[in-house]
Amino acid sequence: MRTAVPCVVAQASGTRVQAGSEGGRRIRVHRPEGRVPGFRNDVPMMTLAELQAKARWVWQQTLLIHKRAPETRVASSLSPVEALVCLYYGDILRFSPKEPLWEGRDRLIVSKGHGSIALYPILADLGFFPLSELEQVCRPGSFLGGIPDPVIPGYETVNGSLGHGLGVGCGMALALQRRHSSNRVWVLVGDGELHEGAVWEAIMFAGHHRLGNLTLIVDNNSRCMLNDTACVVTLAPLAEKLKAFGWRVEECDGHDLAALHPRLSAIGREPAGQPVALIANTIKGHGVPSLEASPISHVLSVPAGEIDRLLAGDYAGAH
Amino acid sequence: MPALIKTRMRDAFIVAVTERMAADPSLIFLSADFGSPKLDILAQRFPERFINVGIAEQNLINVAAGLALEGHAVVAYAIAPFLTMRCYEQVRVNLCLLSQVRPMNVTLAGVGAGYSYDVSGPTHQALEDLSIMRVLPNLGVYSPADSATARVLAQQLLPETGIRYLRMDGKELPDVAEAPTVAELRQGFRFLRRGQGVTLVATGYMVHKALEAADLLAQQQGVQAAVIDIMALSPLDGQALGAALAGCPAVLSLEEGFVGKGGLDAALREILWPVAGQTRFKGLGLPHHYRFDIGGRDSLLAAVGLGPEQIAGQAVALLAP
Repeated sequence: MRTAVPCVVAQASGTRVQAGSEGGRRIRVHRPEGRVPGFRNDVPMMTLAELQAKARWVWQQTLLIHKRAPETRVASSLSPVEALVCLYYGDILRFSPKEPLWEGRDRLIVSKGHGSIALYPILADLGFFPLSELEQVCRPGSFLGGIPDPVIPGYETVNGSLGHGLGVGCGMALALQRRHSSNRVWVLVGDGELHEGAVWEAIMFAGHHRLGNLTLIVDNNSRCMLNDTACVVTLAPLAEKLKAFGWRVEECDGHDLAALHPRLSAIGREPAGQPVALIANTIKGHGVPSLEASPISHVLSVPAGEIDRLLAGDYAGAH
Repeated sequence: MPALIKTRMRDAFIVAVTERMAADPSLIFLSADFGSPKLDILAQRFPERFINVGIAEQNLINVAAGLALEGHAVVAYAIAPFLTMRCYEQVRVNLCLLSQVRPMNVTLAGVGAGYSYDVSGPTHQALEDLSIMRVLPNLGVYSPADSATARVLAQQLLPETGIRYLRMDGKELPDVAEAPTVAELRQGFRFLRRGQGVTLVATGYMVHKALEAADLLAQQQGVQAAVIDIMALSPLDGQALGAALAGCPAVLSLEEGFVGKGGLDAALREILWPVAGQTRFKGLGLPHHYRFDIGGRDSLLAAVGLGPEQIAGQAVALLAP
């Protein structure tokens, strides 16, 4: 935790999470000792309450970025907050902020790139780049755009053009498997992205090659750009489809950290003989009433006044 | 002089890849369910490094990108129109764009240049690829005329970081010359014949037609036409080619792809523009529509004005006062 970093952005949230400051169950269950020397995550063990506080901070920061840069896709970025927080703060991903392409890292491909603005505050908080960069999103000279590019420290590939991540992840997983690496490949997609045919080419490929080091997280927020996914082209029954392609499939509430973290942690810990998909059932625009209520939330911006009210804590529904 | 034995470019290329795989344990060969007898040998020798991804060109490119990001050199092999057009955005985003940020080594090996697959019709013919691949940044575009060139291209390119597309012919062809030198490959072109009056600048199979046309011009007109083989549309050393063409009164470009749509003729226009007043130029290639007539390749080419006699006639017309 880099809570000591003096930064307007960090202070704006008002949440300074002190590691170990609260009691309760320690959620760290896993340290890959003996597997990868030089494990470089500099994230202290957190309680569930601390993890929840971190998720709320990320949610707040995502809204603040959107307030400064209304071009950002905020609804799509609010649904995967908890999954990203689990991966980075829940002792699941191995990473090295000062050496983003460190060989021993786990690979996370954020295929739903424009829906990953929530990753900006996480990467900044962890030290991939200064927190002050969050003030510059979408401004001239910044490397943080509305759709993240691979020039951002911590991003692996090209994101946002949908349907590419899983196939590239297959190639990475194959390479890691060939050299007996214990590192995993995680790919985050939106449910609407599953309309892209290339994703299913990759799903077939991963199943055939039993890429047990590959995990697909489906941010199942049930919405495309113009309507509910089920009204556009239904994906149901998604779990059964993935199973039929040779995947192990799990499903849970994507906003409930108590349910989500143990699932992701177990997937990251246990060797699998087949690729694993976690369908995280989420709400697009989570915690923002005007977004949650609209089937076209993808293209909506949240007015600054509403963001101010939300950050002041008027809305009890979030977290 | 090169032997008149006819060989397939893909076989020469794959033999060179097989040799390289013995030297470079990182090299992986991906195929989109497309083969060749030489590929069977490669696959038997290196079963762990030959992967058939199935009839799935989008995934072919994506898997190649993922492997390349992890440090593998990759050859991705498929029929040319599918390798370039079915997965164009995968090539754009995951190879051209990403390789600008992260080092990658991927060779896209396409078979079926122009009308190669003459009886298969337009679905299997690569008519647009020169134009659309040439426009992509960070992508080499190579168009060999014979197996000797394809082999040397493989030897030169496979060890190098970068992304490139090789447009190979589908038919058995004789070599047009000895293998090109490394220096010739680097500048992207070579003279096959020196001459006066008119220069035929051709790529791929049209190099063979240019040589036939040059023979006709010599025999029937007493014109010693120069012939240049364009081996790379990108990178092509425009300065060197411009210097080579300096003072030439007439230049004819020849490509087995849509003419006037950004392919070889466009590259030459850019190079010749500064001397437009001194050099007459005409681009010859395929008319801008699809054709369904079945026949041998040379009859198809003659039907669109690209037979050797027609090319010689165009050269004479260009030279006329």
